[in-house]
Amino acid sequence: MAFLTGDAIELSALLARVQSPSRGGVAIFLGQVRDHQDGRAVTRLEYSAYGPMAEAECARIVAEAERRWNVAVALAHRTGSLAIGDLAVAVLAASAHRADAFTACRFVIEEVKRRVPIWKREQYADGTIAWVDSTATLQHA
Amino acid sequence: MSAATVPAVAVRVLLFASYAESLGAEALDLSLPSPARVADVIAHLRGLPGGHQLPPKPLCARNLTHASPDDLVAQGDEVAVLPPLAGG
Repeated sequence: MAFLTGDAIELSALLARVQSPSRGGVAIFLGQVRDHQDGRAVTRLEYSAYGPMAEAECARIVAEAERRWNVAVALAHRTGSLAIGDLAVAVLAASAHRADAFTACRFVIEEVKRRVPIWKREQYADGTIAWVDSTATLQHA
Repeated sequence: MSAATVPAVAVRVLLFASYAESLGAEALDLSLPSPARVADVIAHLRGLPGGHQLPPKPLCARNLTHASPDDLVAQGDEVAVLPPLAGG
């Protein structure tokens, strides 16, 4: 199963993968490209990844969630160039009841952000481009 | 023991995003005196042109799994140096 995709994320296809008659609750987290970062207007961004490790890490995270809770999880993350409003990441967790669905969904997105080797380069309205770094910002004219 | 007979361990280093730009390469083949740890790989990289821009303890992976600086590296390992993650 590939978790990274260079094409638009198809939400309905992901939903079909986790829905079943025994699972009455589906929690969905969608990450979309935001038009600002630290007070600066963002016009586009580009995701790049260490593909083989990102796939392996996503698989480990989904397996962990499905082991800890009674859930079926679908996960997809975009790579490549995205515009404002584009779907960047989708996490779906389906369970018999909502509690496990919400908990597993939150777990997966937090672990993706913490563990999956993906990087984001933002392009700003003033024409500059920078790798997003929570600790410092490298800027390139 | 002469320098020629010191056992060496050859590893493939992968660099990404801002780190690849800092060092001007996305992949490097290194040969380090054995035994070598992830921290030794980083110390070597920090001595290369542009390498001073790497932090002393960046996030690293060994063979597709997150690694700590103390982890030993083996012949043929792939060591990836990961800038701050920004997925999600």
